[in-house]
Amino acid sequence: MAFLHISGLRKRYGALEILKGIDIELEKGGFLVLVGPSGCGKSTLLNTIAGLETITEGDIKVDERSIAGLHPSKRDIAMVFQSYALYPNMTVAGNIAFGMEMRGVPADERKQAIDKVAKVLQIGHLLDRKPSQLSGGQRQRVAMGRALVRDPKLFLFDEPLSNLDAKLRVDMRTEIKRLHQTTGKTIVYVTHDQIEAMTLATKIAVMKEGIVQQFGTPAEIYNNPANMFVADFMGSPAMNLLSGRITRADDGLAVALERAGGEAIRLPVAAAQAALAQYENRDVVFGIRPEALTDPEGADRNASALAENDCLIEVVEPAGSDTFAVTKLGGREVVARLRADARIRAGEMARLAFNLDKAVFFDPQTQARIA
Amino acid sequence: MSAATLSASGNQNRWIGRVAIYGLLILFAILYLMPLFVMLVTSFKTMDEIQNGNMLSLPQAPTLDPWFKAWGETCVGLTCAGIKGYFWNSLKMVVPAVAISTILGALNGYVLTKWRFPGHTLVFGLMLFACFIPFQSVLLPMATILGSLGRFGMALQDQIGMTLGFGNPTVNLVIVHVIYGLGFTTLFFRNYYEAFPNELVRAAQVDGASFFQIFRRIMLPNSLPIIVVTVIYQFTNIWNDFLFASAYAGSGESMPMTVALNNVVNTSTGVVEYNVNMAAAMIAAMPTLLVYIVAGRYFVRGLMAGAVKG
Ligand SMILES: Nc1ncnc2c1ncn2[C@@H]1O[C@H](COP(=O)(O)OP(=O)(O)OP(=O)(O)O)[C@@H](O)[C@H]1O
Ligand SMILES: [Mg+2]
Repeated sequence: MAFLHISGLRKRYGALEILKGIDIELEKGGFLVLVGPSGCGKSTLLNTIAGLETITEGDIKVDERSIAGLHPSKRDIAMVFQSYALYPNMTVAGNIAFGMEMRGVPADERKQAIDKVAKVLQIGHLLDRKPSQLSGGQRQRVAMGRALVRDPKLFLFDEPLSNLDAKLRVDMRTEIKRLHQTTGKTIVYVTHDQIEAMTLATKIAVMKEGIVQQFGTPAEIYNNPANMFVADFMGSPAMNLLSGRITRADDGLAVALERAGGEAIRLPVAAAQAALAQYENRDVVFGIRPEALTDPEGADRNASALAENDCLIEVVEPAGSDTFAVTKLGGREVVARLRADARIRAGEMARLAFNLDKAVFFDPQTQARIA
Repeated sequence: MSAATLSASGNQNRWIGRVAIYGLLILFAILYLMPLFVMLVTSFKTMDEIQNGNMLSLPQAPTLDPWFKAWGETCVGLTCAGIKGYFWNSLKMVVPAVAISTILGALNGYVLTKWRFPGHTLVFGLMLFACFIPFQSVLLPMATILGSLGRFGMALQDQIGMTLGFGNPTVNLVIVHVIYGLGFTTLFFRNYYEAFPNELVRAAQVDGASFFQIFRRIMLPNSLPIIVVTVIYQFTNIWNDFLFASAYAGSGESMPMTVALNNVVNTSTGVVEYNVNMAAAMIAAMPTLLVYIVAGRYFVRGLMAGAVKG
């Protein structure tokens, strides 16, 4: 049974609808990441779970009990805010203890709890300082400490890493992951960094304009995007989305892609012939991730449908562990991800392997997935 | 023209600008300080010296007698016990009035920014309106209200043997100043709290703090600059108020300092004791000066903070 159950949730500010019917179920101990572009309603959704915003319609249940009407303090949740929201007039210890103090926990118990959390987060030496005397990463850890010390049913994180520099961000990401694995707590986490989403989540909800576009495991979201928005949003570099045309030949359906420096490429369509048959002689959007488009030596040996074609390489970008090559197919720039030592040069033709197991098709009008 | 002469003329221009600015500043400072200087030197002179000497000259034989006389002996109207009683009257009125109006203003600002309700802009607009109501227009209505409060106090006296402060002139003045000051204090605090991060309030809510706990533990401790501004503003206004004081406590025991000072100066028995009058005026001005000196550096800083963020 789901531990966190959001059903038919709507949020309106006057006539303006921000959340348009959200349905999410998260198992106990799960790590749900809400991703989406700025302004899509992630924080609003999180705030409704916390009780900081009222809901217009729908229900939120935690552990089979509706929390929709409860005051934030009665929901047994802890929240880490984007700006940390540390109380500037209190010391670090005071900040961490404030929630316990408000709940009437005796002083000696508070002290023990603070010491325990301080040890986990390595902020023992900072306990007597004021927030203004801390660095960004230290503030972030104090904010986490304030949530951790409470041992709630549900943790809510609103972009807790967005104010940190790149290096610290990666460290803290690992820290949060470890914390989740050791404590086994249920977490809802907001970010618009899709790498954070992929690495941390057990479930991801991709949102856009107040609607959950897709809800699933990171692998599902990555490999089986429900529509072009999800395909484009998740993954870095983004999935190549190019227009192609479905044609029928003797050997079955194929997708034709225009190619710079030669005639069109025809790629046989391996799976889902039935769904694509309706698009015969019509345009579709052909999606392929950069790592599914590579040099023949680097291609996946287990792939059942590989197609090799020569493409004109326009730009080569060595990135250390990989080499990215840009070519032009179907009128769009396409990024291929090659082995670091692949021998290619800009301005020349090179042989690329298309892993068609990983290829996806979308309807150009509705943007929905075809196959 | 060489680079050297260019920069030299630039320097010269800047120098002239400086001199002009500082010259003007000093001129105006002297202009403003002149009356204070005259008051101070006069208050330390004997009557002889005042009658025969120059107003601007320093006292030949400085004496503290005028100050003692002003404090303890001079005549206010018909009673000749100095201004000390009236000084305390003012303090008894100012301290509660400032404290209450500041606290209420802070509460208003807190509710108007962090606990918004439908129509909060209208309420704030009406409170702002209170800042523009001229003193004179509330004199009579307020007198009527205070009159009924006084009758209520009388009734209480008959029933339970005490008035509970109803009808007491000092209490009346506190009420008037609290009501009149509320528009200003609300304005100050609302603008300050407008820039105060909402997330702190939300975090405290999740932490389980109640409405008043958030106010007392989170809002107030982080409001020092605006509290100082409000206290200075209210203290100066209420201490210096003459109109309400003379209208509602213009005679008798509870007369505040400003009215008493006026009566000292207007007492028309014998020669006018300029030195005593000046000393009394200095004593009357002392508390506001003190508040400015103690809290002044926050005043400028607080006003800036409000101006930039609000
Ligand atoms: N009190 C409010 N009244 C009206 N509209 C609001 C209010 N609060 C938020 N919104 C709108 O709701 C939408 C969603 O806001 P929200 O803060 O949830 O976005 P977000 O997904 O968290 O974005 P970001 O990634 O930038 O934090 C925005 O378009 C915002 O303008
Ligand atoms: Mg947000």
